[in-house]
Amino acid sequence: MEIDASKLTQKELNDAIMDCMHSGVKKIILRNVYGQRYIGTRLYSPNNKVEIEIFGTPGNNLGAFLDGHRIIVHGNAQDGVGNTMDDGVIIVDGRAGDVVAMSMRGGKIFIRDSVGYRAALHMKEYLSKRPVLVIGGTVQDFFGEYMAGGIVILLRLNLGNTLHEANFIGTGMHGGVIYIRGEVERHHLGKEVGVSKLDEKDEDILKRYVGEFAHYFGMDKKDIIKEDFTKLLPVLKRPYGRIYTY
Amino acid sequence: MTRIKREIYEKEISACSLFGAMNRNKERFTGEGVISAIANMHVRGNGLGGGFAIYGLYPKYKDCYAFHIMFERRNKDAKKETDAFLSMNFDLVYDEEIPHGDAKVVNPPLVWRYFVIPKKRREEENFSDDDYVVQKVMHINTKIEDAYVFSSGKDMGVFKGVGYPEDVAEYFFLDKYKGYIWTAHGRFPTNTQGWWGGAHPFSILDWTVVHNGEISSYGTNRRYLEMHGYYCTLHTDAEVMTYAVDLLMRRQHLPMSLVARIFAPPFWELIDRMDENERKLLTELRMVYAPMLINGPFAVIIAHHDEMIGLTDRIRLRPLIAGVRGEMFYLSLEEAAIRLLSQKLDKVWTPNGGEPVIVRINR
Amino acid sequence: MKSYLLPEFIIERNEERCIRCRVCERQCAFGVHYYDEELDKMFSDEEKCVSCQRCVVFCPTNALVVRPNPSQYKLNYSWNREKISDLIKQAETGGVILTGSGNDKPYRIYFDHLVLNASQVTNPSIDPLREPMELRTFLGCKPDALALKINSETEFIPNVMIETPIIFSALSYGAISYQAFNSLAIAASKYGTLFNTGEGGLPKELRKKYGRNAIVQCASGRFGVDPEYLNCAAVVEIKIGQGAKPGIGGHLPGEKVSYSIAATRMIPEGTDAISPAPQHDIYSIEDLSTLIYTLKEATNYEKPISVKIAAVHNSAAIASGMVRAGADIIALDGLRGGTGAAPKIIRDNVGIPIELAIASVDKRLREEGIRNRCSILAAGGIRCSADVVKAIALGADAVYIGTAALVAMGCTLCQKCYTGKCNWGICTQDPYLAKRINPEIASRRLLNLLRAWSLEIKEMIGGMGINAIESLRGNRDHLRGVGLHEWELDVLGVKGAGE
Ligand code: SF4
Ligand code: SF4
Repeated sequence: MEIDASKLTQKELNDAIMDCMHSGVKKIILRNVYGQRYIGTRLYSPNNKVEIEIFGTPGNNLGAFLDGHRIIVHGNAQDGVGNTMDDGVIIVDGRAGDVVAMSMRGGKIFIRDSVGYRAALHMKEYLSKRPVLVIGGTVQDFFGEYMAGGIVILLRLNLGNTLHEANFIGTGMHGGVIYIRGEVERHHLGKEVGVSKLDEKDEDILKRYVGEFAHYFGMDKKDIIKEDFTKLLPVLKRPYGRIYTY
Repeated sequence: MTRIKREIYEKEISACSLFGAMNRNKERFTGEGVISAIANMHVRGNGLGGGFAIYGLYPKYKDCYAFHIMFERRNKDAKKETDAFLSMNFDLVYDEEIPHGDAKVVNPPLVWRYFVIPKKRREEENFSDDDYVVQKVMHINTKIEDAYVFSSGKDMGVFKGVGYPEDVAEYFFLDKYKGYIWTAHGRFPTNTQGWWGGAHPFSILDWTVVHNGEISSYGTNRRYLEMHGYYCTLHTDAEVMTYAVDLLMRRQHLPMSLVARIFAPPFWELIDRMDENERKLLTELRMVYAPMLINGPFAVIIAHHDEMIGLTDRIRLRPLIAGVRGEMFYLSLEEAAIRLLSQKLDKVWTPNGGEPVIVRINR
Repeated sequence: MKSYLLPEFIIERNEERCIRCRVCERQCAFGVHYYDEELDKMFSDEEKCVSCQRCVVFCPTNALVVRPNPSQYKLNYSWNREKISDLIKQAETGGVILTGSGNDKPYRIYFDHLVLNASQVTNPSIDPLREPMELRTFLGCKPDALALKINSETEFIPNVMIETPIIFSALSYGAISYQAFNSLAIAASKYGTLFNTGEGGLPKELRKKYGRNAIVQCASGRFGVDPEYLNCAAVVEIKIGQGAKPGIGGHLPGEKVSYSIAATRMIPEGTDAISPAPQHDIYSIEDLSTLIYTLKEATNYEKPISVKIAAVHNSAAIASGMVRAGADIIALDGLRGGTGAAPKIIRDNVGIPIELAIASVDKRLREEGIRNRCSILAAGGIRCSADVVKAIALGADAVYIGTAALVAMGCTLCQKCYTGKCNWGICTQDPYLAKRINPEIASRRLLNLLRAWSLEIKEMIGGMGINAIESLRGNRDHLRGVGLHEWELDVLGVKGAGE
């Protein structure tokens, strides 16, 4: 099913997508998307999952609260991709704006290029729900702020030999893990994170999700993996436990 | 004995959409694209204000100061008084009502444009033309009831009003004008029903500011500007920004790169890690201009004849995105709006918080 | 380090009455009482006592009295005892002082300076016991006018009905025990009103049964927020702030994150649940609008969206922006609003009294002609039915009660909620303490409270000659101020008594 979004408002477009899903369409292609927000958000339907392919530039909060659907963007995405996403997959064949994967609690997001501020903010996990975010490029400040769970992989593919410039990486982080391809300087890190050694389990995780990433964007996984990764873990599970008195 | 009246002012809180487009070869283009771009961010505004600044607008009168003046409630007396004041202080080259249609805007005032050349008296000889104009504009704004100057620069103009930006554009037929820099604004004030003068862009001489944010340091900034003779009568953040830019850039000749460091200084933690010279400079800037730190979220597009500048606060609490295609340069809050004008872009990025994006005319 | 703190309370045990049953010892989670076998005598560690009065109530022989320790520093109005003790605590620990419950400082309580009207002669009062008296209230956005011709343009505007203008305010599972949380849910559903889940999620097993009486919160931590949670509720509330700690985030310490809390919040057991100070997708009014519409999308435009803020200096302007941003309900939480844990310095110094906030918000929205586009919920310091009536007369649609509901369940305002040792089984996750709340009984106490207040409200408005609560809303003519300054009367929009 194809929808031409060029004349549709945000609400009309999402109405149309909702109708498609209810009429049993499994794959929806959106063309000429220019900033329409909340695509995929309304599709709360425990037994009905669809795939949405977007051509253009979807608006803010793409796939917010996403309930297990699959979204592919051919182009760049704006702010709030996968906000509080519950399950599903979002693939952005381009870059994305600020607060990608904020409070995401399940599913996977793959961004080919770079993202803006505060990516992976307060991502969290619970039992089998372990969200995954893979970013091909680099990030801006406050990456992984308050992170409480999940797996975040940052590949630095578009930086050549330079390092990441983001400051306050993992500030307030108290759960989950961040893998960064190459090195990071200590002063770019928040005081709540520490650098740890990778073990076999980490290698498996990297192989799996970098593999998936490479597959989506037609890259060579081995090329990416062969460089060393830095693993960031929270130093304390309770970063703020000791500042209070009773 | 009468008690001194407590100073009770109400600050306007608003959030907005911004857009800017510039041709670095000074080739003028019409407003259609910019209008559709700002309209595309319709949901970011609430119809209580929209406006545009256009540079390269009046090539025919490019040596005259172009005044866009609004008369609230179409007040005839205000118009008369202003006319008299202008002819006393300026040579009037040409003037007319700014043509308009009947698009759905709220309570349109009378908006007139004047092309003028300063006519200084002896004791005013040592004023620069710019200072002279600023003084006269302040006079009109504060002394003539119901008159308010939208803009006062050369070869540029501000069009603004209460309504969605696309409605304001339609009202003033902006698709018919041409310019080489366009900045645009759609407003989302949290309170007042909106006053035409309160819409953005704010302007003094050829400086214009479109702003999105809520400055938590407003009280500090305002009192500092008052010390330098700027009276923030509108209680909006954008007004503070405009005067700050005028003070720092025009009067104190600081380059934008430093002004950005004043508005959005790096954290001490970062400064402490810098090399000696830079550390010294930034420490001094922060000390001297501490009251000009613009704290709280903001994104602004500042323009004057040769430059368009985008800047966000130091922890980037507001979005801003930049895009380039050939000689065209774009600033926007959302990428979709840029893509609407230019599907293909050579480069698109989100500048770091506190780092200005400065676009200059090619020479 | 030897602590220089004075013991706050003194415990007096009447040895003649004491039968050494050791009930007090078992009741006190702070470990105050202990029994010495050799001497066959009960003793108490007074400095541990928080004066929750649990032991006093449960002592079978009324042998106990717990009262403030009369020891005094030299009288000093500037350096009172509290200031000195707090300073000593900080000198000994170097920490931020935590506290619970609401602001207990002597700021003016405007409710106590407002008196109500009653009909005499010119307009008859109505007898609520025999004539109909309506308290039913609808929460949500009301259209400007009834659209008789329904066209596709007309947006369906959801509203939620409550049988009395009293709602239980946000008390999260985690801050309070499962039993207490459950009691609120039961009482709300039985009475036909709402309870608010707070930001700790809604346990799966309660969703079906109590979802339609739930206001579910979407707060900065997004704990337990999944599509089912949003869709099972009556109202979705975006929590921006809270009266007890405007501008401050929250933090449920890991030791309280039990198996079941972890499941509800969807975070691993034993990890801290940190709620950031802001919602990081809301840095501006248009971002708020984005989240409001994201939630409307996520719930298929079927539910009113509430936005809760702490009452602060610019509440009126902010509220106006919230309405324009699409909020259907505005919840204002005043200076005296309660909390499970907050830095004391914030609780006691930030925000404005709820009465002034209601009045200024209501006035502003009316001036702008948009009051119909939202309902106003007032919270923070509602202690009795007269406060409810006054809040509504000032402009609220309904009130949130938090502390009052807790007191109904047993809370004595000892302000130690953050310790997790609540002897009344409310603010605790210790199963031994939590089972002191029996949801059957506690919900009955809550129901009784709702019933009693509703009856009293009917009495009061009946006396004014009003028989439907909507005629009271914003009806400030029925209020008069006593002992207030001119500016206060102005802000409240009421006349002075006798005027
Ligand atoms: S804390 Fe409560 S139960 Fe314990 S001794 Fe004090 S009053 Fe009694
Ligand atoms: S509960 Fe009363 S009677 Fe029993 S041991 Fe304590 S003080 Fe004595």
